[in-house]
Amino acid sequence: MSHIGTSPAAPPSLYAAHRKVHPRAVNGPVRRFKWAVLMTLLGLYYIVPWLRWDRGPGAPDQAVLVDMGHGRLYFFWIELWPQEVYFLTGILVLAAIGLFAVTSLFGRVWCGFTCPQTVWTDLFMWVERAIQGDRNARIKLDAQPMSGRKAALKGATHAAWLAIAAATGGAWIMYFNDAPTVTLDILTGDATAKVYFFFGLFALTTYVLAGFAREQVCTYMCPWPRFQAAMLDNESLVVSYRGWRGEPRGKLKAEGVGDCVDCGACVHVCPTGIDIRDGQQLECIGCGLCVDACNDVMKKLDRPQGLIAFETLANIAASEAATRGMTPCKARLDAGMAVRHVPKMIRPRTILYSAVLGAVALVMLGAFMLRDMHTLAVLRDRAPLYVTLSDGAIRNAYTLKLANKTREIEGYALVLDGLPGARLVAQSAQADAAGHPLLTTRPDGLTEWRVLVTAPSGAVLPQSMPVTFRLLDGAGRQVLSTSSVFLSPGGRP
Amino acid sequence: MPTKIEKDAITGTDTTGHEWDGLKELNTPLPTWWLYTFYACCVFALVWVVLYPAIPVQGWTGITGWTARGAINGEMETARARTEPMLARLRSATPEQIAANPELRAYAIAGGRAVFANNCAACHGAGGQGARGGYPSLADDEWIWGGDLGAIHRTITHGIRNHDSDEARVSMMPRFGVDGVLTRAQITDVAEQVLALGNRSTDAAMAARGAPLYAENCASCHGERGEGNTDVGAPNLSDRVWLHASDRAGIAAYIANPQMGVMPAFAQRLDPALVNMLAVYVHSLGGGR
Repeated sequence: MSHIGTSPAAPPSLYAAHRKVHPRAVNGPVRRFKWAVLMTLLGLYYIVPWLRWDRGPGAPDQAVLVDMGHGRLYFFWIELWPQEVYFLTGILVLAAIGLFAVTSLFGRVWCGFTCPQTVWTDLFMWVERAIQGDRNARIKLDAQPMSGRKAALKGATHAAWLAIAAATGGAWIMYFNDAPTVTLDILTGDATAKVYFFFGLFALTTYVLAGFAREQVCTYMCPWPRFQAAMLDNESLVVSYRGWRGEPRGKLKAEGVGDCVDCGACVHVCPTGIDIRDGQQLECIGCGLCVDACNDVMKKLDRPQGLIAFETLANIAASEAATRGMTPCKARLDAGMAVRHVPKMIRPRTILYSAVLGAVALVMLGAFMLRDMHTLAVLRDRAPLYVTLSDGAIRNAYTLKLANKTREIEGYALVLDGLPGARLVAQSAQADAAGHPLLTTRPDGLTEWRVLVTAPSGAVLPQSMPVTFRLLDGAGRQVLSTSSVFLSPGGRP
Repeated sequence: MPTKIEKDAITGTDTTGHEWDGLKELNTPLPTWWLYTFYACCVFALVWVVLYPAIPVQGWTGITGWTARGAINGEMETARARTEPMLARLRSATPEQIAANPELRAYAIAGGRAVFANNCAACHGAGGQGARGGYPSLADDEWIWGGDLGAIHRTITHGIRNHDSDEARVSMMPRFGVDGVLTRAQITDVAEQVLALGNRSTDAAMAARGAPLYAENCASCHGERGEGNTDVGAPNLSDRVWLHASDRAGIAAYIANPQMGVMPAFAQRLDPALVNMLAVYVHSLGGGR
């Protein structure tokens, strides 16, 4: 959009037209590390739903499964119930603080290496490059008018993208359904509408976000780049250009110029299409591909590596101060490199993040280790509050709910404290040798009993008295207890 | 409309010609996406009018013939089809068989609770606690017409003292006062004797006068010691559960002019499966024998 030039107060346009980025292939240690991370993460994502884990008969044998229908989350040996969703919250809290800690130490490594947006975009770019050729070939192809060849290349690219997107959506669904079953159902058209919807949703978002939106997701949609600066400081390792060494940039053979030959390699390989030599910027995802590209050029020119490097801003500033006023030469390079110091890993910020991370992790671990495998809850009947029996005795009714998170069938004797002489009857439960109701739990489920408590006839009772239900194991040890009240009209025997 | 369209210098947009204290209103065109969404909504609305009964004219049902009543009937049909296999099993079983089968029992109690709330709770209370004025509690252990599963099932099926079912159980307590069978003083004496049956008498002489009257007029139904008789729906008079007032004046009033309860025959209103479920549920309220 253009603004009217006649007005002197014309504001600058806030709109930036999208420029398509055509990143060039690059090779080097950072790129190899990035490939390794990509393979690992994608491998985990696609393979994990197929891992099996035997939980015995009647239970799903998928190692990682979120079973929405039955309200269970399975993770290898761990089984969580919906009321334990706070463990998930805890993991999210840990992930957030972990992200802060890693960012303060090593910059945006999450963005550059592990973020799904980066991983899938990288994969899509690899497909694009394999089919349409490298940067220059792609720029040329995009500039060409539509032709049979162009249509074939573009078509093949989009087909490959859609196949990956479908696999991505399919794998997502597998985390919520039995993988072999749902795969067969999707292929034979027998899956539910819900499965197809989420399959389509995740396939479509993968296709659009990794195929088209790409770096715009990082620049415009993601909130993380907007506040990541709050985690970074001068001692964080970030992808930086050593301007003190490279400037003034100029032709290879020119006199009085720095090490940067302005070849543009760093710009050409950048997946977000920026120039790292402009300094730290929002769009930089810290992937370090420019480090590889520049090192490649420096190697060819027989100059020291590291014109672009993972370096702290403190070191850059120190080198800059040490070399100020010096003309480009080997002495400037040495002087600049000499004043560098090892990045300070232990700083108030990293101590704080690690402490919080450790504390939350400890609390979560403790909560997990101590989590109750059985819970007992009691609901008093409210209509009627009490029943007067024919012999004048007062009876209260309760519903006991016993959740058993194990896969064992367990029997407990039910006893009542606080009402001496009371008679306990649990409907549809046997009594043990001592006459206590024997509550036998279902494995991996909730069992409930209606329990009738009758105070002895003639007992003088207050209107409300506290009682405690206790469950005893075979050895008579208390396993669980819960309290309630016993109500009666009161005042009369 | 202004004849001369003025362009705004900064945005390049036409103005509407409206001006307030130097502020001019821009005639900014609607965003394209908004406009196309609007057009899409118009098309959607047109299609909707054709397909569905969108015009409030008698007989216009749209070409799909959709009606709200038809939709709910369809949903009810689906729900019935889903519950039918279980209901068929509950229909063919006796209440005793249902109570003995954990699966059927659990279903009967869960479903019976809903059926009870719809059909029984109005008189007998939400938890079967009964209500003043002659609606018996179903949660205690005193039963006027019998408290085992068979008796409960029979009572629900045919009801009590109604005109709907020939098999409804009927018993009439004479109106001893209104019809002049006993004098007022005699009735008071009998009431004292009834208190004595539950060891609550405070006037031994009065109870002694009432005892022969009780033996002559009441014992045939209520029993020599007031133990009651579920075959004729005569309540136990010696225990602590009272359907009506339990003091001497209240008992005397009842003897003079009894008000006996009536219950409909629910077999005529409910599926036999639901009656079976109700019997099992009522039995589980706490008083079942």
